[in-house]
Amino acid sequence: MSLFGAVIALGVLALIFGVILGFAAVKFRVESDPIVDQIDEILPQTQCGQCGYPGCRPYAQAIADGDDINKCPPGGEATIKQLADLMGVEPKPLDDAHGEEDVKKVAIIREDECIGCTKCIQACPVDAILGAAKQMHTVIEHECTGCDLCVEPCPVDCIDMVAVKPKPETWQWDLDTVKENIKANSIPVKVVE
Amino acid sequence: MSDVKTVNRDFNTDIIGQFPGGVHPPERKQPASSRPIRRLPLPAELILPVRQHIGPSGKVLVEVGDRVDKGQRLTEAGLSQGLPLHAPTSGIIAAIEERPTAHASGLPEQAIVIHPDGEERWGNKHALPDYHDVEISRLLELVQEAGIAGLGGAGFPTAQKLAQQKPLKHLIINGVECEPYIAADDRLMQEYADDIIAGTRILQYITRCDSVLFAIEDNKPEAIKAIAAAIDDDTQIKLKVVPTKYPSGGEKQLIELLTGHQVPSGKLPMDIGLLMQNVGTAYAVKRAIIHGEPLLERVVTLTGEALEQRGNVWALLGTPIQHLLDESGFNPEKKQRIIMGGPMMGFTLPSTEVPVIKTTNCILAPTDHELPAPGPELACIRCGACSDVCPATLQPQQLQWLAKAKDYDELEKHHLFDCIECGACAYVCPSEIPLVHYYRKAKAEVRNIAREKAKAEQARKRFEARQERLEREKQERLERHRKAAEERKKMQQEKASRPDSKTDSGDEKPAGKSAAVAAAIARAKAKKAAQAAKDNADEDSSAKGNES
Amino acid sequence: MSFKIAPSPHGHNQRTTSEMMRWVCYALVPGVLLQSYFFGPGVWFQITLAVATAVLAEMACTVARERPAFSALRDNTAIVTAILLAISIPSLAPWWVIVIGTLFAIVVVKHVYGGMGQNLFNPAMAGYVLLLISFPVQMTNWLPASTISEHSLTLWQTLHTILFEYTPAGYSVEQLRAGIDGVTMATPLDTIKTELTRGYTLTEIYQGPEFSYFAGAGWQWINLGFLVGGLLLIQQRIISWHIPLGFLAGLCLPAFIAHIFAPDLMPGPIVHALSGATMLGAFFIATDPVSAATSNRGRVIFALLIGFIVFVIRSWGGYPDAVAFAVLLANMCVPLIDRYTRPVVYGHGD
Ligand code: SF4
Ligand code: SF4
Ligand code: SF4
Ligand code: SF4
Repeated sequence: MSLFGAVIALGVLALIFGVILGFAAVKFRVESDPIVDQIDEILPQTQCGQCGYPGCRPYAQAIADGDDINKCPPGGEATIKQLADLMGVEPKPLDDAHGEEDVKKVAIIREDECIGCTKCIQACPVDAILGAAKQMHTVIEHECTGCDLCVEPCPVDCIDMVAVKPKPETWQWDLDTVKENIKANSIPVKVVE
Repeated sequence: MSDVKTVNRDFNTDIIGQFPGGVHPPERKQPASSRPIRRLPLPAELILPVRQHIGPSGKVLVEVGDRVDKGQRLTEAGLSQGLPLHAPTSGIIAAIEERPTAHASGLPEQAIVIHPDGEERWGNKHALPDYHDVEISRLLELVQEAGIAGLGGAGFPTAQKLAQQKPLKHLIINGVECEPYIAADDRLMQEYADDIIAGTRILQYITRCDSVLFAIEDNKPEAIKAIAAAIDDDTQIKLKVVPTKYPSGGEKQLIELLTGHQVPSGKLPMDIGLLMQNVGTAYAVKRAIIHGEPLLERVVTLTGEALEQRGNVWALLGTPIQHLLDESGFNPEKKQRIIMGGPMMGFTLPSTEVPVIKTTNCILAPTDHELPAPGPELACIRCGACSDVCPATLQPQQLQWLAKAKDYDELEKHHLFDCIECGACAYVCPSEIPLVHYYRKAKAEVRNIAREKAKAEQARKRFEARQERLEREKQERLERHRKAAEERKKMQQEKASRPDSKTDSGDEKPAGKSAAVAAAIARAKAKKAAQAAKDNADEDSSAKGNES
Repeated sequence: MSFKIAPSPHGHNQRTTSEMMRWVCYALVPGVLLQSYFFGPGVWFQITLAVATAVLAEMACTVARERPAFSALRDNTAIVTAILLAISIPSLAPWWVIVIGTLFAIVVVKHVYGGMGQNLFNPAMAGYVLLLISFPVQMTNWLPASTISEHSLTLWQTLHTILFEYTPAGYSVEQLRAGIDGVTMATPLDTIKTELTRGYTLTEIYQGPEFSYFAGAGWQWINLGFLVGGLLLIQQRIISWHIPLGFLAGLCLPAFIAHIFAPDLMPGPIVHALSGATMLGAFFIATDPVSAATSNRGRVIFALLIGFIVFVIRSWGGYPDAVAFAVLLANMCVPLIDRYTRPVVYGHGD
């Protein structure tokens, strides 16, 4: 008898909670942006074209139209996961036909070798390179997305992609890296007398 | 203890509020609190990170090989934040290069390295024994130029904190020093009580505040006596003796203790009419104004059982930690930890070649016996011990689940950023979960995401701007094409209509006319060719742009 | 020289989960000793069986979840769960009962929910309820306390009964329960329930052999034993007073009021407090941190709720005792309680 009571009580409780949850879901639903904007929000905006589209927004449009979510190497796993959450599909591993996830990089122009051909400026999707014809060019480091597109066009190969160095304020509290940080940087002391 | 009681009775010690949680770790302030502050011989080199603890780095004013005087300015402070840097002693600039910093990451930063010459030769000092007829803005400038930063907490530039113009209810001087082991402020108060009170009065003058609450924890009877004596019968400065509990020295906790108010989340104490300064800062302000000496040194507690001579020392900023250890009989054990700061909030140093910075209050070299390393992390049993001791009334266990699940939205909803990283939760957690470490990681990650997001947003804008520009250029080009085409058309029409006109008017010179037309056609052709060539080039580049 | 890198804080108050669980085991000793005195040594066999099952199950689960086999055992929580379940069931229950119950508690209730700390329900009590529902006969076969029992079993007889469900002489547990008059004796709470329905008053019922001094013979002392252990836990700060006090208040206050209005129908607070699994529940079961509320305020509400449900089920429900049901029901309310008792975070008030 009280077994039934318990079962019924549990059932009723579960039902009540269910109703509350359902109600809350309806009541507190947030009006959302159009899906393309939401997808574009998630994409890393590197604008590198590795996904096969001319920039992130076109790829966002393509995803909204049903393309796979695993074509963006700069975003990597994290982006795929977020996209999967947003689109309500299973996350899949990165499609390596489009490239592999890599550390963050920025372009650096070896300025003494630059001939001022402006080819890199034309290639840069975010206008992160400064310079005029016949003049030395330079990369605005904090605007560079590390998309790699300027490397290829340079006729004298003076653009390097270098990994972004961690700084104390951007360090992610990964204690395992501390030993390396120290080792990599203990330069022998120069004595100037 | 009885000492404290008598002191309690003699002075106004009524504490209005109390803060939730808190822990009572073994204090272990002896013997550092009972030994006079020592002076050490000069180290072989001083390492001064150009970038101060908070704020962008200043412009370096010296070059390698320069001779500098004691107190000479080495960097020009940036406009908003940032502080100038001074040579802590006279010597030669030996290098300006990247050196590991006093930071948990051990990452290198640009630093000026000085080899002291041992002469201790001072540069110009602008002493100002009577500041009462000096403009407040000038005093603020002097504090800024002296490079004074909060010596207790995060190292925020003091002048900027003082400059916030809002009426103050109380100026709070924090001599609580609640963290175990550390006795730097304690000793400073015992030995320099008069200077601290003089500094307090300068701070009072600058902030035009007539009520000072001077807080000291009741485990420092000697300091309480000294400060009480220095205050004497100044009724504007009230000595408040707060009960010993960690972290009562935290800015927010002390405010709640003394005033019963909480600083609203995301706001500053200033917003509720309060300003807090550390005793060390008050001392530095006095030295800066009255003696014209910039901040060049600070008291550092050297303690822990791996050191033979425990106590406090005056350490020049930039002194390598190794030098301090060498001077205190360091017997490292296997897997020795060197902690900068106290046992609750300090961080381990990967190398002893990092320098003392303005916020370095303690170097702790404990044996494993006195501060055993935590055991393996077990699962959370939801015992709630952590939330019982959290001074911010957070739910550490909940934060921990969320941090492990990397649910950053929920973490912010659970007020992760109100965590003061005091470590009380991890101290009591029976499952020995390094809770604070998870929060730090999560905070860094949240900040990182925000940074990336801002950057992505910027990149998107620039990309869109570029797309627009390309589009505009294309439109302009099309417009030019159209115009050229129209011109062509017009000319052809003219050409077609000409025979008629000829028949109409009859007597024009056909040869001359046709020559003019031929010339125009040739011109148009040339123009068209040039345009086409240009177009091709443009098309090429824009096509490339679109591929990207 | 390389130094050790470690996150702050660099010290600990030295009370670990494993140690706390060990203390819980120590605190159970007085109660269990009394239980084995009154109900024979069977409880020791049950404990042994339960602990062995729990350890193996825990290892199997951790291995299945691809962690080192001993990692989860280190916190001792599985052992505590096993012991609590073993104490709760009749000492002469057949061996497979405790094995099934423990397996269910560890594998389903604990690990399927995601392992230590993630379980919504108290594993021991969930196991108990499963057993009670599945094997009602075996689970209610409590012997009368040895002081009033006709039979007392030796170690060997006990073991034989647990393994084969009969004593070596061929008695079933059912038969062992018979009193001098040949009538099967029940637990005191059972007796109250059945006799009341037969129209007796409490005063008459208390005359029966099952009762002495304050409450049921034997049971009252066992409860006092657990009370002593529980107080030790509070004194050692392993548990806080909130849950035990809330539990007892939630049970005894309504009982007291009801007793005043119907002294012959409603047992008084003392009978309630010293009967069945009250003390075990109040100090050892409801205090399981994982499935209880987290804030102190929440814990009081949680415990009051359990106490009250126990009172209601004992008074009007079909089962004589109800600690297990009450705990599980309250477990379900924990997320809600936690939600509404969450303290205001610093700086977010007013
Ligand atoms: S692959 Fe490059 S262009 Fe494509 S979405 Fe990712 S970052 Fe954007
Ligand atoms: S500078 Fe080079 S790597 Fe950086 S965004 Fe521009 S094209 Fe990409
Ligand atoms: S103290 Fe540790 S085990 Fe207890 S609830 Fe907090 S995190 Fe979990
Ligand atoms: S570290 Fe953060 S969560 Fe932990 S006790 Fe301190 S304030 Fe609370």
